[in-house]
Amino acid sequence: MNKKRFVTFFIPVLAILLGLIVGAIIMIISGYDPIVGYTQLWEGIFGDPYVIGETVRQITPYILSGLAVAFAFKTGLFNIGVEGQLIVGWFAAVWVGLSFELPAVIHIPLAVLAAGIAGSLWAFIPGILKARLGVNEVVVTIMLNYVALHVTNALIRGIAGKDTTDRIAETASLRIPFFEEITMYSRMHGGIFIAIIAVIIIYFILQKTKLGYELKSVGFNQDASKYAGMNVSRNIVISMVISGFLAGLAGAMEGLGTFEYAATKTGTTGIGFDGIAVAVLGANHPIGVVFGAILFGGLKYGSLNMPNPPAQIPSEMITVIIAIIIFFVASGYLFQWLYEKFSKKKGVK
Amino acid sequence: MKKGKLSFLIIVVLVAGMILAACGGGDDKSDEGKKEDNGTDNFSVAMVTDMGGVDDKSFNQSAWEGLQAYGEKYGLEKGDNGFDYLESQGDADYMPNLNTLVRRNFDLIFGIGFLLQEPIDEIAKQHPDAHFGIVDSVVESDNVVSVLFKEQEAAFLAGVAAAKETKTNKIGFVGGMESDVIDRFENGFRAGVHAVNPDINVEVKYVGSFNDANKAKQIANQMYTSGVDIIFHAAGGSGNGVFTEAKERKESNPNANIWVIGVDSDQFEEGQVGEYNITLTSAMKRVDVAVQDVIEKSKDGDFPGGKVLTYGLAENGVSLSTTGDHMSEETLNTVKEYEDKIRNGEITPPGNKDELTEYLNQ
Repeated sequence: MNKKRFVTFFIPVLAILLGLIVGAIIMIISGYDPIVGYTQLWEGIFGDPYVIGETVRQITPYILSGLAVAFAFKTGLFNIGVEGQLIVGWFAAVWVGLSFELPAVIHIPLAVLAAGIAGSLWAFIPGILKARLGVNEVVVTIMLNYVALHVTNALIRGIAGKDTTDRIAETASLRIPFFEEITMYSRMHGGIFIAIIAVIIIYFILQKTKLGYELKSVGFNQDASKYAGMNVSRNIVISMVISGFLAGLAGAMEGLGTFEYAATKTGTTGIGFDGIAVAVLGANHPIGVVFGAILFGGLKYGSLNMPNPPAQIPSEMITVIIAIIIFFVASGYLFQWLYEKFSKKKGVK
Repeated sequence: MKKGKLSFLIIVVLVAGMILAACGGGDDKSDEGKKEDNGTDNFSVAMVTDMGGVDDKSFNQSAWEGLQAYGEKYGLEKGDNGFDYLESQGDADYMPNLNTLVRRNFDLIFGIGFLLQEPIDEIAKQHPDAHFGIVDSVVESDNVVSVLFKEQEAAFLAGVAAAKETKTNKIGFVGGMESDVIDRFENGFRAGVHAVNPDINVEVKYVGSFNDANKAKQIANQMYTSGVDIIFHAAGGSGNGVFTEAKERKESNPNANIWVIGVDSDQFEEGQVGEYNITLTSAMKRVDVAVQDVIEKSKDGDFPGGKVLTYGLAENGVSLSTTGDHMSEETLNTVKEYEDKIRNGEITPPGNKDELTEYLNQ
């Protein structure tokens, strides 16, 4: 038991260390100083109140998009459409934020809810297609990402008449003046609380409720679940709808917190796709997802500081280094597997 | 035993880390030396790109060339107290990048592209003492100068050139995304074609993205197949797809009469295929000229804050390139003729759909 703890703790740490070392080798080969580079990465994440605030801001949507991917995965569904669900959620949140005049206590929940529902509806389509007709959800969700991107672009241009909407009403904003004050005007916002609450609720649903049990059961074995009297189709749809709701919330974080407006996009935001990596890093566990999001968001935001002097590492280079670190962390399972294989062989002898 | 193996692995990793750390240490000194050089206080400038990056062969690159030219002129170095840029990987990066540059104490900070409008607006409010510039959009604030271009003037001349050079009387326009800037290109271009020959059919298609070269290539394929012989692209990175398609066609059939009109910078190099070149001309938008102009004004203590500066033909802000001499003498004369008409105000090229309708009804 103790040994197992030891392994589960040390393998990810070892993987991160290895990733950092390989990243350092690449920096040395390309003629950059890894110590300065990593120092700046560190300072870019924890250096002062502003970057700490911005790092939290970056982590917030990652928690929710990672959670969305992980939740669908528990039911055996690959929700590649988090990206599209996030974009429609973003748009819905901003629309509510712009078009209503309400006190903050009603306006904020309404806008957040609208984002979640928009995401749910967007995820309901692949869910029902999968449940009723057995259509592969991967293909449908990928295609719906493009539909979401271009439909919202057209709507933004159509409604606003320009490339960005106006700013949402202050009563719908997630920004908290206190956070702005202590973090030197970073865009850190109250959405982090929503994300944490979502993690707790999802943990509760999966671990403590009948619904969660059924969803996981369907994920393990559809036929057995059906035989046991569970409604597989219904569970698939519910799983997608909840996953979409979480993705929509991630969109609300961007629309009500980070940006406070919606702009036409030249491409997808990447938060939904990165959510897949976050879910994998977190082993598809709600609490694990939080750590995955912290690692991913931290590296992503901190790396913005690496092109500044004295390190002056070009951003392409940084993308490579960050990708390698993530790669090693994700392949932590490989180390675990190797370790277990080693120990078994010993046992046989 | 098992634990022994694992701890061995950890030790290897740590030792390797230390060795590498030692390797890295040597470079530190040179960096310190660099810092000492910048003793005097220069007028320093920096810019934040949009997602296109600093090597987009388009307006980000052009703006950076402007900064470099300024730096060279006054013997400044890239970095603090000189000139520098930061690239953005996503929309969320604009604010932190701008914030970093403010804290690095640059005297003037540019946001390149209309996507940076809101971020510049916000940072300008947070730092009323810092000076900012925005290219391709307008921010109303006393510490922000807005830089716009009359893209329609260059596009109009490109339209004139295309109308003179076409053999099939079919011309294509490939836009990136529908936006105010691309609107000016499209409508100016259509008006220019119309001015020479109202019977020419201009086919207009949008890629829906500034970095989807594959889709642009497909659109170009359809256009050329349907008999279009000249395509004007205003599609940023997507435009590379138009060039690829045209070059492939020229390669398989050197006699093909196929041309591309480039945008933003002189895209002659992009059109080189073996001994041929398929870039007819480029509708150049001299972001570098505009940026340098703003820097020079600000350096002399005359920062044009709160103003909207518009660069057109008269200000050398836009022009038509002639690299490669692909246009005939007659075409060049006609282009010159229209250029004069625009300069003296006889013609005002339309910048949006309504103005185009008005223009066509005259």
